[in-house]
Amino acid sequence: MSRASETQRRSVELHRPPAAIIAIAAIAIAFFALPFIGLLWKVPWSDAWSLLTLNSSLTALRLSIETSLLATALSIFFGAPLAWVLARYGFPGRRIVRALCLLSLVLPPVVGGVALFAAYGRRGLLGDSLFDWFGLRLPFSTAGVVLAQTFIAMPFLVLTVEAALRGLDHRNEDAARTLGASRWYAFRRVTLPAIRPALIAGAVLAWARALGEFGATITFAGNFPGRTQTMPLSVYLALESNPGQALVLSVLMIAISFGVLLGLRDQWLGGSTTNGDSR
Amino acid sequence: MGLRRVAFAVVVLLVLVVSTVACGRSTTTSATGDSISGSLTVSAASSLQGAFTDIQGAFIKAHPGVNVTINFGASSTLAQQLIAGAPVDVFASADEATMTKVSDANLLNGQSQIFATNSLEIIVRKGNPSRITTVSDLSKSGVVYVTCAPEVPIGKYSAQVLQKAGVTVKPASLEPDVKGIVAKVTAGEADAGIVYSTDVLATKGAAEGVVLPNDINVTASYPIAALSTSHNLSAAQAWIAFIAGPEGQSILKSYGFGSP
Repeated sequence: MSRASETQRRSVELHRPPAAIIAIAAIAIAFFALPFIGLLWKVPWSDAWSLLTLNSSLTALRLSIETSLLATALSIFFGAPLAWVLARYGFPGRRIVRALCLLSLVLPPVVGGVALFAAYGRRGLLGDSLFDWFGLRLPFSTAGVVLAQTFIAMPFLVLTVEAALRGLDHRNEDAARTLGASRWYAFRRVTLPAIRPALIAGAVLAWARALGEFGATITFAGNFPGRTQTMPLSVYLALESNPGQALVLSVLMIAISFGVLLGLRDQWLGGSTTNGDSR
Repeated sequence: MGLRRVAFAVVVLLVLVVSTVACGRSTTTSATGDSISGSLTVSAASSLQGAFTDIQGAFIKAHPGVNVTINFGASSTLAQQLIAGAPVDVFASADEATMTKVSDANLLNGQSQIFATNSLEIIVRKGNPSRITTVSDLSKSGVVYVTCAPEVPIGKYSAQVLQKAGVTVKPASLEPDVKGIVAKVTAGEADAGIVYSTDVLATKGAAEGVVLPNDINVTASYPIAALSTSHNLSAAQAWIAFIAGPEGQSILKSYGFGSP
């Protein structure tokens, strides 16, 4: 035991970055930590519970949870097959299609909202058809919020799952097929278990992104309590009318996101044990 | 030990950076005398965007040494930023209540003064396809009406108009500021909203206005003031004087504002 821990200690010492790097990294850590510490410091803790249970807070919270979960479900349903196609089929123009599908990842969300108007708005490409066929008006509706969130969040799932599928050795599937497994059986028993961590990680990332969506939502779906006013919109508007409420809701959103990232690390690395520092 | 030395160096560097910034500040502000210079930051209600952008050009011509930056937004948002400590020299609000909030926070240098007025109109889509001619048409079924939350001046004024007319309307959205209302109507996604006359003029025909009768209309008064936290009071006061002067007033008039 002493021998082993001695070697480990030495290896830690050997791999410790130079002091200058540690100092700069410490500044970077403070840079990220300070805003959150400041926020925690500003929150009116004595009123926190009553601010959190205000009707307007609860309405926004409920709407946010409902819409972001729906957006996540849509992202999985459409995003996983999309990732599959992008990873496995070499069709002409695949690079362009991939860039197109991931565009909303890097686009300013407000631009995304304007583009959604152009497609699904009432003067958009499909706006009239949607209304004539389904009686559906997406702008200013809860369905519009889900659409905006899905548009912004799905690329997170596609990117994650596609990477996992590419990294997969498909000889395992081939082996299963040659041993007589049906296509579906091979997918269910070989492929799916292998990409499950990525699928979960992608879904969680997409959900977190949908939960935080602001720009495309306020542009495309507007802002109305109970219908389209999600948590981020409610935080933004409460800053003027009730700053305490805005702070409490911000802390709640940070707690959720932080929890997601903490939980995600193990999922992402598949319960990593490589560096012994995965805590 | 090496770590300690580096940490010390970093702290020294930080102190240097901060003190240079502070020095930079004081040199720009010490340039007083009769020629004004330095930088000037103005926070202005979003309904002033067109007029103030023009005035900025004219002001810089008259005072080439001044570097003017204007931050447009809902008056209530801007006031919030000021109270949170935003470094601003002049504040121009779309209503007096918001200016009073800033004044109550002891942020004004002297008194505010009214420099312009604005009346309200119903903004409708180009060609007025929903055939809106009166306030009561806003409550017709199928009319998508958008407004702002009551904290935003235009939201409060719109509510006053509807109340005076005895009309109840269910809004489709509470936009963060008046530009949000104009954008949704111009895009054709909303049918109508109540905005400032100047906003309708500013769409240059992309949307149309329906004039409100005087008995239900509301006149918005725009106050302006220099802030006590200003680092460049001489430029702030020059800006206010320019707005109140003939050149500023004629630009405001060309954008549809009334004189105080």
